[in-house]
Amino acid sequence: MKAIYALYPDPDSAQRAVDTLRDSGARLGVNADNIAIVSSEPFEEHEFGRGVNPRDHKRFMPWLAALGGILGGLTGYWLAVLTQGAYPLPTGGMPIAPLWTNGIITYEMTMLGAIVTTLVTLLITTRLPNLRRKLYDPAVSDGKILVGVVDPPERSRGELEKALREAGTGAVIKTV
Amino acid sequence: MKSVDQINDDLLRPVVHTSGRFWVAVALLGSVVLAAVGAFSYQVWEGIGVWGIDRPVFWAFDITNFVFWIGISHAGTLISAILRLANATWRRPVTRCAEVITVFALMIGGMFPIIHLGRPWLFFWLVPYPSERQIWPQFRSPLAWDFFAIGTYLTGSIIFLLLPIIPDWALVRDKTTGWRRRLYRVVSLGWRGTPRQWHRLETAMHIMAVAIIPVAVSVHTIVSWDFAMAPVPMWHSTIFGPYFVAGAIFSGIAGLLLAMAFLRKLLHLEEYLLPIHFDNLGKLLLMMSLLWFYFVFAERLTTWYGNEPAEMAVFWTTQRGSFAPLFWAMVFCNFLIPFPLLAITKIRRTITGVVVASSTIVVGMWLERFLIIVPSISHKYLPYTYGHYRPTWVEITILAGTFAAIALLYVLFSKFVPIISIWELKIGGHQKPAVRAAEAVSACPSPAGAKGLELRPES
Repeated sequence: MKAIYALYPDPDSAQRAVDTLRDSGARLGVNADNIAIVSSEPFEEHEFGRGVNPRDHKRFMPWLAALGGILGGLTGYWLAVLTQGAYPLPTGGMPIAPLWTNGIITYEMTMLGAIVTTLVTLLITTRLPNLRRKLYDPAVSDGKILVGVVDPPERSRGELEKALREAGTGAVIKTV
Repeated sequence: MKSVDQINDDLLRPVVHTSGRFWVAVALLGSVVLAAVGAFSYQVWEGIGVWGIDRPVFWAFDITNFVFWIGISHAGTLISAILRLANATWRRPVTRCAEVITVFALMIGGMFPIIHLGRPWLFFWLVPYPSERQIWPQFRSPLAWDFFAIGTYLTGSIIFLLLPIIPDWALVRDKTTGWRRRLYRVVSLGWRGTPRQWHRLETAMHIMAVAIIPVAVSVHTIVSWDFAMAPVPMWHSTIFGPYFVAGAIFSGIAGLLLAMAFLRKLLHLEEYLLPIHFDNLGKLLLMMSLLWFYFVFAERLTTWYGNEPAEMAVFWTTQRGSFAPLFWAMVFCNFLIPFPLLAITKIRRTITGVVVASSTIVVGMWLERFLIIVPSISHKYLPYTYGHYRPTWVEITILAGTFAAIALLYVLFSKFVPIISIWELKIGGHQKPAVRAAEAVSACPSPAGAKGLELRPES
């Protein structure tokens, strides 16, 4: 992996860097997928914190959680009803498969389905776990914000370095 | 004002440095846990006859502990989820302390139905799945509902606790060397902190918070139905669901406050767990104390007014009979002592005042669980079936072991995980002034002398 990146001490300069990369992206041969932003905390009140790619902040997760909940609920309901059908236990005049009590199992399994689906969706869409080498710098943990370009075109390296440097005073430029 | 570096240093110190206090705490708590393990082993070896239970009292300390610890578990995830959805910014240093309690209390509480079996090695017979072993799963039994409710709550609480830990483990990975770095590299799952990762994490936490609140309410409602579904005097009541949930939140907040005070001292977190956190939770505790009193009064009044003979036998044994000292001790511990302590602002704003109130509430709520269970089953309908119960040293040792176990698990957890969510704490430092002002309005006013935690970007 080749990359050129800068570490910014504050979100405003990181925002300027992202704006510059995005505005001059076509000219420098950099597209949105190649712009990397890494921080040790979310900056959703800044535009760069929502990512440069529209896919970064798509809101499909609640719908998947709801779908997982429905599947979980159906699983719970059928687990109870099919078991009661396979092993009928007449008890105190109650129906063999009563909706009242099976509703409790259905409810709990609905919530479990939604919770587990949320976890799985998070892991898949954020590509975790991922122990392969990715663009990162431990200085991010000191509060620095990393903005860079992965696989930059060779012809634009100089211009990219200049653009990243001009975005903020105190920016530390690194290449890998 | 705290810089990012200072926060990292303060909150990672307990993880990377091991103090003498840590070993003393582990040794003391570990010895009590070992004693409890010894008592339990003795019970397994000798049989359940070493307990004080005898016909008709087959549920006593074990089920009391089960209900009590499941109740304590309501402190964490539920409170954390409510405060997260309400966007209460003061919650940030508190949430992880709270969520940890839920997971450990559920684990400890969940052990008691297994201990109660007498033959714990056959615990898997409890699992309700279609079976060819002639043990039919009974989905109409509240005990099967317990399995699903506690299983869902434990799974949800573990995920709710672990998800926001991942970015903090990535921080530990970057700040350590050697085996720690290798360990935290694996457990942080390769977390980097891209906008997509942050957005997805926050969305997931929001969905989890929405989902976990009704689950938490259902858990203690279903625990109450273990009793309320049985035609036993003073159990068969429609008030039991909300009564148990209110009691669970009440004891849970008290447990959380004690844990926070313990961690504050042990890990030197005085600049993070501020008096305002104790004050705000103290207000919640005050409200729950009133609510608890309302439920007890409503339950007792309805029983007394109905004047049903079997119920009145249980009623009078708790009011002026053999259980009366425990009953009135419960009223003192849950209302008469904590109410004035928490209602008087000057006392509530001292950590000592809140800790004293919480300590009495934890004792009072354990007594409440005991008094729900034992008087009713020892006074069931016909006087010739009445019985008595007196705990043995085995039960008392196991009870003591549970308190030591949760404290020990807490201490060990804080050795591997920053006990305060570092990334969430930092968020307040970079928000725009308008956002901070809006959040300040929603937060409670700081008591005099309790400065809020402020962050400044590194220069």
